[in-house]
Amino acid sequence: MVVYGKGLRPLAASATVAVAVAFSLVFFYAPMDADQGFVQKIFYLHVPMAIVALCGFVAAGVMAIRHLRSGDRSWDMRSYVAIHLSIILGVGVLVTGSIWAKASWGHWWVWDEPTLVSFLIVFLLYCTYPPLRFSIEDAERQARCASVFAITAGAFVPFNFLAVRLAEAYTHPRVLSATGGQMPGSMRLTFLVSLVAMALLFTTLWKLELTAKNLARELRGLRRSAERAAGGEGAPARAAPDTPTRGAAVTATATPPRGS
Amino acid sequence: MPALPLDEAGRYVAGAYVAFVMLVVFYVVIIGVKVSRMERELERLKQPGEHWRR
Repeated sequence: MVVYGKGLRPLAASATVAVAVAFSLVFFYAPMDADQGFVQKIFYLHVPMAIVALCGFVAAGVMAIRHLRSGDRSWDMRSYVAIHLSIILGVGVLVTGSIWAKASWGHWWVWDEPTLVSFLIVFLLYCTYPPLRFSIEDAERQARCASVFAITAGAFVPFNFLAVRLAEAYTHPRVLSATGGQMPGSMRLTFLVSLVAMALLFTTLWKLELTAKNLARELRGLRRSAERAAGGEGAPARAAPDTPTRGAAVTATATPPRGS
Repeated sequence: MPALPLDEAGRYVAGAYVAFVMLVVFYVVIIGVKVSRMERELERLKQPGEHWRR
């Protein structure tokens, strides 16, 4: 944690402060929306979360490109963690969006709304990433296939976003536009602070998970060294591969040989 | 739909924010538990001979 989590503490502190400031602005500074009333406060949580999640998917695609270009597997790991975190934020987007939809429209979900359905499609697309990744045993092949998926799906995200923008039927509120939307200054400021806070939170959690993954990798390496040092007598034969395997970080418990 | 009264809207807003906080807290706790467990094991493995003698 000390080695890999370098810079994590200040980042976590700044993310905590930013989230606290954003929440304070939402409830004590931003004016009540004339049309939706108090329910509109969900907007400051839901929209930044959706933007950051989608940006996370695109960023994962960029990291995957770097992996394929350089062959450096650490980029594949970064890409994987970004997608994992974006999926988690995606769950948050769907939950908060459904709550907002119920409060505003009287329905938890509206199937003929392009924004909702397109986000669900992107979310479900990325939900196929972990099973695809972990169905491949060979580490090199796993990383390459995962990167190809991340690039292809990452390119689909802005395309999908544009397609929704071009769609004609809107019931979903459109607050961000080329002309600046209809938000007054105080709402805009609150929204921007919320967006920055969400981006900081994402970066902090991304770094935290990367720290955990790197720690797991070092642990596997050390365990292998310890097995070799033990001369292979009674050492466990299940040397974990040096690759981001799903269970490795979770089930990283050494089984030392008895009596060696 | 007309704007909901504050008491009713408050429940939805609280629900959304609590869901978000719970999501983040669960995530941090899970990763934190994993990291601390691995750190303990790492420290144990870094002590030469200690781990395998036991």
